[in-house]
Amino acid sequence: MTPRQRALHPVIWTLLLAAGLMSAFSLTPKQAGADEAAPQASSAGILARGDALRGQTAYESRCGGCHSLDADRIGPRHRGVYGRKAGSIADFDYSEALKASGVVWDAASLDRWLSGPEAFIPGQRMGFSVSDAGVRADIIAYLKQESERR
Amino acid sequence: MSDVVNLSRRLVVGRGFLSAAAVGLLAGAPALAAEGKKKSDPAAADVAILNVALGLEHEAIEAYQIGAESGLVSQGVLPVAVLFQSHHKSHRDALINAIKQMGGSPVAAKKRADYEKALGVAALKSEADVLKLAAKLELGAANAYLGVIPSFMSKDLAKVSARLAADETMHWTALAQALGQPLPQAALTFGA
Ligand code: HEC
Repeated sequence: MTPRQRALHPVIWTLLLAAGLMSAFSLTPKQAGADEAAPQASSAGILARGDALRGQTAYESRCGGCHSLDADRIGPRHRGVYGRKAGSIADFDYSEALKASGVVWDAASLDRWLSGPEAFIPGQRMGFSVSDAGVRADIIAYLKQESERR
Repeated sequence: MSDVVNLSRRLVVGRGFLSAAAVGLLAGAPALAAEGKKKSDPAAADVAILNVALGLEHEAIEAYQIGAESGLVSQGVLPVAVLFQSHHKSHRDALINAIKQMGGSPVAAKKRADYEKALGVAALKSEADVLKLAAKLELGAANAYLGVIPSFMSKDLAKVSARLAADETMHWTALAQALGQPLPQAALTFGA
């Protein structure tokens, strides 16, 4: 190895490092872009691959601060939510916007809601979103499964 | 305590400086900035999120109270539970201050019986059960605070939310250790 070649090494390392960092950080813009297009073609594939078992863990850690399956807490109870009309638990204090939305919860509407509730139903009160499309798909699969049980 | 006071003062300063339109622009919401106050008020949207957070803190405070009074928690663990509860009370007070200063009305806590039912308190039989419930709520709260960050119009409030998430993560970590649960093996497991 000539001294000149050796001198190149730090440069190459820097480039490699920069490339690595860029690909690591590019995750975020890519996800944000995917979120905007959420309900369209590509996400249908992701939604279909949702896994209810993974979804249970994700549900407990992401949604469990505010929701339970069988009790109204900060948010309304979730058992039966799949197929239910938005804002239809009689004794829960929903926002007017959600009650008036006319939305029925299915995989596509849940995916839009969890991608960005305010963009989907302006004036809603949840304000909580999940940026990872795979995690959303798993949670939706879990909600569907639990809604069918009972 | 002075931290809490500072926190709410900062919120006021933040709001005082920025018009609704500027807040909208800063948070990357050109549509809101353009429509100004015709569209739903961005400050009102932020207040709504703060109120949801306040509901979460009310529940956490009550959960620790129920745990402490259950007789299931040992003398060694009790001071930690009381400390964590005091953090949640500080969170509650900071949120109430911020909501009031932004012109909103803070939600009240529910009745003890409602929390007991919703949290399944009747099924708690041991110290581990109590700690597991606390850990579950803290993890949920950490993720909740992270997950609402993109919704805040005010960056000051987004930062407050991140600080609250840090407290809840610290609580969760201590509880998981007490329960002998392993640490997460992967990075970036919170708030994904
Ligand atoms: C910070 C607390 C919070 C978190 C965390 C949260 N939610 Fe919510 N959720 C709410 C609130 C509050 C409402 C009621 C919104 C309204 O009235 O506009 C709600 C409403 C909903 C609804 C509408 C239900 C109905 O009866 O129409 C669905 C579906 C939902 N949430 C799903 C989820 C899922 C799935 C997660 C986890 C990925 C989650 N939420 C996390 C607070 C939360």
